[in-house]
Amino acid sequence: MNLVTKMLLTLTVIGIISGGFLMKINEWAEPKIDEHRKTATEEAIFKVQQKAKSYEKVNVDKELYKVYDENKNPIGFALPFVGNGFQGKIRVIIGIADDLEKLTGIQVLEQVETPGLGTKIVEDPSKKGNEFWFPNQFIDLSVKPEIKWIKGIAPDEPNEVEAITGATISSKSLIQIINNGIEYLQSLRDGGKI
Amino acid sequence: MSKKVSVMGEYIKGLWRNNPIFKQVLGMCPTLAVTTSALNGIAMALATTFVLFFSSTIISFIRKLIPSQVRIASYIVIVATFVTIVDLVMKAQFPELSKALGPYIPLIVVNCIILGRAEAFASKNNVGRSMLDALGMGSGFLIALVMLGSIRELLGTGTILGFQVMPNFYEPWLIMILPAGAFLTLGSLMGFFSFLSMRRKRLLMNTEIKRDIEKKKPVIVNSAEV
Repeated sequence: MNLVTKMLLTLTVIGIISGGFLMKINEWAEPKIDEHRKTATEEAIFKVQQKAKSYEKVNVDKELYKVYDENKNPIGFALPFVGNGFQGKIRVIIGIADDLEKLTGIQVLEQVETPGLGTKIVEDPSKKGNEFWFPNQFIDLSVKPEIKWIKGIAPDEPNEVEAITGATISSKSLIQIINNGIEYLQSLRDGGKI
Repeated sequence: MSKKVSVMGEYIKGLWRNNPIFKQVLGMCPTLAVTTSALNGIAMALATTFVLFFSSTIISFIRKLIPSQVRIASYIVIVATFVTIVDLVMKAQFPELSKALGPYIPLIVVNCIILGRAEAFASKNNVGRSMLDALGMGSGFLIALVMLGSIRELLGTGTILGFQVMPNFYEPWLIMILPAGAFLTLGSLMGFFSFLSMRRKRLLMNTEIKRDIEKKKPVIVNSAEV
């Protein structure tokens, strides 16, 4: 057998065996991974829409869920939305009431902000007992005309949020992403799609 | 050369004398990137050890069948297969951990420790020795990553493996869990270990010199008198 044939044969055999192995493993893993993704989304929806009892995917170009209370009345939407943070993408799920005027809550799903500073948009371990003070500010927040941020003083307008000291850009970016998300929902509503 | 090393020696050498992090300085990317906490370090090291063990075993097993011109390509395919298995299993069974380690699990494919050991050891030694070597290197990697992760977690958040260790008034040094903290910790540890081995070497040398001097003493004294 000459060398070229031997080389080709070796790589082909190794490739086929590896491929076969991975196919089997993937068959086993894929449903489990999908399951995890689904539970994570479900948990997030019920977290930002506390009164929701059921939800349903809306057929639009982005991922969007319509949520219902126990009497099957639509009470609002849950919209996972992505945008730029300080260092990378921030993925946040926005809970909003059916009239698109008030938020019901938000939760950051993925982020790569600076540990200890920007990560306070998720959780602030330095404030014992009130770790979620930043995301909690978005509960019942008015989004008209848009969400604004202030720094150093307590917010007094219904559409204002206090930014995190040392992580103004992370706070600002998150608010920008949420405003964009609401704008997207508004455009859907204006187009009669939701 | 490998015949001189005892079977146990193949395992032991990875722990300290040839420690992949502190002595060979291989696989720095995951070392610096994921050691923000002790748990991440343990998970990363276990994943790497798994890949290292199985790829070393298989490479050593088929080492005589692979033509040397395509050996690197073959190694990479074998390593990548095991990395993909680890990635899929982690995503399916430990989604939280998989999220914390992020892209660094797929990046094990290009971890120098694995390809380095495949090329330098598994392709030249029998299966048993390759397995021991892989386990030893993996354990050495685990020791190094746990050390780095614990120090960074302790100083950066005041906890170890999630348990509060530092007193309440301790203000965490944020820099330790940022990338800069990884370099500071690794540099200090490497410096400390080099200092230890240098001191040991000097002590050994000193005793040897003393012994030599004592042996030669009469000769020196004589020549001075003359």
